[in-house]
Amino acid sequence: MSATSQGRTPAAVSDKPEDSTSPARRRRRRLRTMTVRDRIVVAVLLGIPLLLDLAFVWFPAIGTVLLSFTKWNGVGSLHEKTCQPNMPSILNNGCWYGVQNYHQAATIYPEFWPAVRHNLLWLAVFVVIATPLGMLFAVLLDRGLRGTRVYQSLLFLPVMLSLALIGIIWEFVYSQNYGLINTVIGRNGNSNAIDWLGNPHLNLWAVLLEATWRQAGYVMILYLAGLKAVDPTLREAAMMDGANPWQTFWRVIFPVMKPINIVIMVVTVIESLRAFDLVYITNKGINGLELLSVLVTSNIVGETQRVGFGSALGVVLLVISLVPITIFLYQAFRREDTP
Amino acid sequence: MSSETLTRPRAEAPRVGGPGAKPRLRGQIASQAFLIIASVLWILPILFALYVAVRPYSDTRKYGYVSMPHHLTFQNFRDAWSQSDMAHFFWNSVLITVPAVVIVLALASGVAFVLVRVNVKVNVALLILFTAGNLLPQQVIITPLYRIYLKIPLPHFLADSGLMYNSIFGLIVVNVSFQLGFCVFVLSNYMRSIPGEMYEAALVDGAGLWTRFWRLTVPLCRPALAALATLLTTWIYNDFFWAITLMSSGDKRPVTSALANLQGQFVSNQNLIAAAAMIAAIPTLVVYLCLQRQFIAGLSLGSSKG
Repeated sequence: MSATSQGRTPAAVSDKPEDSTSPARRRRRRLRTMTVRDRIVVAVLLGIPLLLDLAFVWFPAIGTVLLSFTKWNGVGSLHEKTCQPNMPSILNNGCWYGVQNYHQAATIYPEFWPAVRHNLLWLAVFVVIATPLGMLFAVLLDRGLRGTRVYQSLLFLPVMLSLALIGIIWEFVYSQNYGLINTVIGRNGNSNAIDWLGNPHLNLWAVLLEATWRQAGYVMILYLAGLKAVDPTLREAAMMDGANPWQTFWRVIFPVMKPINIVIMVVTVIESLRAFDLVYITNKGINGLELLSVLVTSNIVGETQRVGFGSALGVVLLVISLVPITIFLYQAFRREDTP
Repeated sequence: MSSETLTRPRAEAPRVGGPGAKPRLRGQIASQAFLIIASVLWILPILFALYVAVRPYSDTRKYGYVSMPHHLTFQNFRDAWSQSDMAHFFWNSVLITVPAVVIVLALASGVAFVLVRVNVKVNVALLILFTAGNLLPQQVIITPLYRIYLKIPLPHFLADSGLMYNSIFGLIVVNVSFQLGFCVFVLSNYMRSIPGEMYEAALVDGAGLWTRFWRLTVPLCRPALAALATLLTTWIYNDFFWAITLMSSGDKRPVTSALANLQGQFVSNQNLIAAAAMIAAIPTLVVYLCLQRQFIAGLSLGSSKG
């Protein structure tokens, strides 16, 4: 990591001006000779949050991985015995199951592949529609047209609402008999009404429209923040060289926005993996709206209680999300790796 | 934006001067039109829900939701408020959100300070640990978390359930732990921009580590803290997942997740649901409208460095 970043960290230099000369080293030595009181302060300031983070985020994350190799209904204890085939579940409870949960998920669990497909579709819609739309909003707003602040506020409004609330609000738009859409297109009779949220062929698209409605505003604000940070002289120089706005954007602005583009990419993938609230509030995430997150939840909370199996689904989710997380961390921390 | 624009008369002064700036009237009109249409589409669902909320049930029942207004009334808001115990759920939200935001900011600024200003050898690794934790999907950690919450006893003055599970305290803890990562990331970026000379001066004056943290660093980070407070308030207030998984459907839930119950309760009267939804949206909208500029600054704070 450090080898690749050695040559190209001009930003890091300006971040740490004290690194260049020997006073820095002197200062660091002085910092190292801390009093007992200082050491206690460090221990407390770092210790408590670290403990919280390890106990309630990382320990559970590792726990999910371990539980995913067991067969457990959440009652009774876990033990090291390997599960016996053909034994009733009750007697087998808490045993070591190997990769059987993963195998079952991929082969006989009917909701698994639809959920994966839906997650991929969610991602695709975010990548193909929501993100470009949000970027377009940001680029247009950045041009400083009249009314920019009003547009910005309105387009960003959905991001401030909770996803659960968004689900409720959109139900009035989609409602079968009286909803806005059906009334406008004249399908609000009882016989020919379109059941936007109940029909398993339609409802995912309907919910994706809600998700896009929110996500575009989110991307917009991130991109707008990035655009504001672009050096205006770059744009002027491009204009001077006779580039039209289209060329200026794609050849000059877009390349220098690489960090923000990566942030948006990561946000897009993570938001599509995290998707849960909308489908859960719409119809508990069943009947055409299955997502991995819903399957995890329904297996471990509630009546079914297949903890091992639900954990395996959680690990699938974890493995997929590690890809964008790693990209983000690499991007964010490679500069700080230089000594 | 094509070659035709060259022949158009100059209508408005272009934003960027200089010989390269051509009058782009058509482009501007198209942009304006696009933004107006988009804004209308974006506000429409909210306005429609609001419209449903201000109409009496009898009206919508007779004419449908999409119809001319015959009467407009705030009665739905009054009824939603009184019949569903919303004040109670709001109070739950306050009890969760306010302590959680304060604790996250306090803890995160401490961590960020130590990682940036004290030469801890593993600081990049720790920073990565915190940041990555915040990026995990919540469902990845919920299984053991749910189990842990069922196992940890709490004294009764903290939770009348006697457990982390189904307690407001437990919800604060999970929100704090989960949001720590983002705040540590943002605050450490911010603190790195504070010039080292200030710390040298403080050292010369004999300031201990705590003084350098509490009296020097925290006041200088006020803009970042304000922006983060805004973001955290909306995120924690809007949380749905922790509340429905770590609380049994009880009266301790915050208002956002309690709405899901109200939906079942009011199923025959959609106008009341609309009103309740609007009421629940008020706090974040107020936060947004009051602190819009700071909020956007906060977002750029977190992202520009990425």
